[in-house]
Amino acid sequence: MEEVDVEPPVTNIPAAAAGKHLGFAWGPGMCSPFIHEVRKDEDIYSPILRKLFNESHHIFVGLQTIREDLPSKNKKPQFVSISKNYRSVIRACMEELQQVAVSTQDAEVATQYGDQVSILLAIELIWNLCEVLFIDAAPAGSLLLHLLDWVRLHKADVDEKARDVLQSESPAEHESYWDVVLGYVLQGRLEEARQMLVKQASLHPAARNMFKLMDTLGTQTLTEFDVKWRHWHEEVDRCLQDNSFASNQHLEAICKILVGDEDTLLEHKDLLSTWYHFLVTRLLFCHPTVKPTELHYYAQSCLTMFLDSRSAPEPLDSILLAAFEFDIHQVIKDCSIALNNWWFVAHLTDLLDHCKLLQSHNLHFGSNLREFLLLEYASGLFTHHSLWQLAVDYFDHCPEFGRVYLELQIERVPLDTERKALKVLRICEQRQMSEQVRSICKIMAMRALRNNRLGSALSWSIRAKDAAFATLISERFLQDYCAKGTFSDLDLIDNLGPAMLLSDRLTFLGKYREFHKLYGEKRFREAAKLLLSLMTAKIAPRSFWMTLLTDALPLLEQKEVSFQDTFDLQKHTCVSLQEEDIEVTKVELLRLALARNLAMAIVKEGTVEA
Amino acid sequence: MFVARSIAADHKDLIHDVSYDFHGRRMATCSSDQSVKVWDKSENGEWHCTASWKTHSGSVWRVTWAHPEFGQVLASCSFDRTAAVWEEIVGESNDKQRGLSHWIKRTTLVDSRTSVTDVKFAPKHMGLMLTTCSADGVVRIYEAPDVMNLSQWSLQHEISCKLSCSCISWNPSSSRAHPPMFAVGSDDSNVAYGGKVQIYEYNENTRKYAKAETLMTVTDAVHDIAFAPNLGRSFHVLAIATKDVRIFKLAPMRKESTSTGPTKFEVQIVAQFDNHNSQVWRVSWNITSTLLASSGDDGCVRLWKANYMDNWKCTGILKGDGSPLTGSSGQPTAMSTVVGSSVQASQSALNGMSAGR
Repeated sequence: MEEVDVEPPVTNIPAAAAGKHLGFAWGPGMCSPFIHEVRKDEDIYSPILRKLFNESHHIFVGLQTIREDLPSKNKKPQFVSISKNYRSVIRACMEELQQVAVSTQDAEVATQYGDQVSILLAIELIWNLCEVLFIDAAPAGSLLLHLLDWVRLHKADVDEKARDVLQSESPAEHESYWDVVLGYVLQGRLEEARQMLVKQASLHPAARNMFKLMDTLGTQTLTEFDVKWRHWHEEVDRCLQDNSFASNQHLEAICKILVGDEDTLLEHKDLLSTWYHFLVTRLLFCHPTVKPTELHYYAQSCLTMFLDSRSAPEPLDSILLAAFEFDIHQVIKDCSIALNNWWFVAHLTDLLDHCKLLQSHNLHFGSNLREFLLLEYASGLFTHHSLWQLAVDYFDHCPEFGRVYLELQIERVPLDTERKALKVLRICEQRQMSEQVRSICKIMAMRALRNNRLGSALSWSIRAKDAAFATLISERFLQDYCAKGTFSDLDLIDNLGPAMLLSDRLTFLGKYREFHKLYGEKRFREAAKLLLSLMTAKIAPRSFWMTLLTDALPLLEQKEVSFQDTFDLQKHTCVSLQEEDIEVTKVELLRLALARNLAMAIVKEGTVEA
Repeated sequence: MFVARSIAADHKDLIHDVSYDFHGRRMATCSSDQSVKVWDKSENGEWHCTASWKTHSGSVWRVTWAHPEFGQVLASCSFDRTAAVWEEIVGESNDKQRGLSHWIKRTTLVDSRTSVTDVKFAPKHMGLMLTTCSADGVVRIYEAPDVMNLSQWSLQHEISCKLSCSCISWNPSSSRAHPPMFAVGSDDSNVAYGGKVQIYEYNENTRKYAKAETLMTVTDAVHDIAFAPNLGRSFHVLAIATKDVRIFKLAPMRKESTSTGPTKFEVQIVAQFDNHNSQVWRVSWNITSTLLASSGDDGCVRLWKANYMDNWKCTGILKGDGSPLTGSSGQPTAMSTVVGSSVQASQSALNGMSAGR
């Protein structure tokens, strides 16, 4: 990449909306300070493009799970099929964008979408060629057929014109008639050309033979075909030499084309419209059995011949040329620069890597290049409020840096809602990213606490396994209880389960609530036992002892509470009383209750014994 | 392609610092008008000022956010020789409806005898720790032992760097292989005193920070400094804003088992760019350390990126007048932007022109 002083190639675009932000401020002199927020473009990431990302993600994941141990002859058709899937996704996206572009009233939208369609067209063109040359790796013979398909797919205007011509009253008189015929010939669609020519009264009988022979291309072995083709070529040449078509300039032109006359071909540049069409046509009529390794000679010369001295090759041309030269690395590099498009190079490189094509080209950074591009692409997705989830799968399949990239980026996902936070958490938990789990839970707990949502804060602390924070929140609960006399978030506390053991304070909170429940259900004996255990276990915070003692009071009155339990309760109460600073009235009340209780107990016990 | 939008900041004087919070949804600005403003991003992407208050009795040089694990906490530092810690208080419901929030001061750190030039929180795995540096060359590290009580901070370390300090950066790495480390930059303009960047490292045995390295090749005033996020690498990457942009690689050399001193580093300069052709005031890394942004007196913000061969190149320029410079035109189909890319939020902000200290 050249470094340019004033206008560097600005690459880097976010994969989708809500791009990255760069805030920068400047104050010109001493006044009017403005903040300028600079973002990567966002608004062009329409739902249509998002579909592209979603669907290609699906294909990507499927590709990663193809079993490594299958023999390569089984894998090639799979890879070709995957390549075609990608391309059909691109086409679908293109068509949708095109529809919007032509139907919208908004000129700016139309331009924007139109631009995107052009880019996708270019991408699909390149991808298709890469599929033919690299993935399908067609040998001589079928190579040309594939290239013909490739050209035909990207030159739809012939069919459009043909429709117009056929629908007119007198097709042979239509102004585009000969354009259509020539167009068909140039694309090697000789049957269709012949059918068109039938409309013309002056069809030369010899022509029929010409066409017939051409149709046998590719259906025999290469050598058989070669022989036949040479005979045919000679015959066509002979027709030219003896001026069979001199009367009709169009037919003569067709004949010259069939013989592969370059000058004639170049005369019809407007019909060919691109140098690669020129290349394929020329190969079709001059060297139909061209080998893959010979392609680049023809490609270079065709490019030079086609472009006149005024025009320079465009980036797309260089990319296609690099492909014809089988320089995969160059293709990827040029695409990365020219197209500003990580989506394309990332997915294509990944596929080529699976085909083991990067290695065979002796690139020492083989799989690193793949990973580099995937990381770039996925990182870009991460800024989008919903597409970031797709990025996760891409990182999963980057063995070297995928995990750390994911760790760094997932913790930055804004936790707007609890639902989103849970989504993020699930992803982290699935990958044992324990630090990120802890951190996210802590952030949520802190946020809940600040907003006084104790229940939420507690449940997040439990999830974070943050004992210290759980203790803090339990304290708050208990303080709240002391202040208001009731618990909030009962559901949560009642259903703590084993999580209760996270911290002593939390355990106390849970058990204390249980005590209240038991008391409320009049299960006094169990309540007393529980209260006793709370006191003996010494997990009650000092600040709470007074409350516990006050709770013990009514229990002491209950008949169901046994003598032993009463005695123990009393013992603990006394001990606590001694150690605590309690208001005098309360002390008196307690003493009274204790005395009465003891009296009752003695009476009861005495009675029973008696 | 970039899209720029201006936000009328309403500060009555030069803005010296802009800082994004961890998630990029909030922003704080500080100014010579002695105030700090907090901005919140709404769902439709608009920024609204939700708080604005006077923070110091002098120009406020820097403002920075604590990690959200500690709540909504800001720190600011000023020419008035103090640094302050602020916490957001969840307001009354009608305040929330009006989109306002309140920030209260939790503490003022008054130990410095000169202008406090930078304030940064240490990485969260170290707890809630705040670092300041001053014009008299002293770096102070404070800790809040109880994260629920932000009014209690204790000064843990006071380090004299001998040269007037302008900026600090903590190494964000939480790897056990890397002891806590920070870098200090000096804006002392005397070129005779070499080494305007110093690296300090914590020593477990002495429980103190000791100087591990001085970058002697940096002889001009340093305005900003930033460690790159560590991606599990053994070495560290440091970006420096001085008369140009420099990126250094610091590779720890293997320690002798008996050695008790600080780690020795092999220092290499990875890249040096003078494209700004003027003083560079800010440098800032993206989340994955794949992109560095710099801003200079030429009124431009430049983006630097390394390709897979680790060669650094400029990948974007943003010009001061707000209009983005896009890629070379005249390439009809191929040049528009569609998909892709790695540029992460450069979470801090950059000063496009002189901060005029």
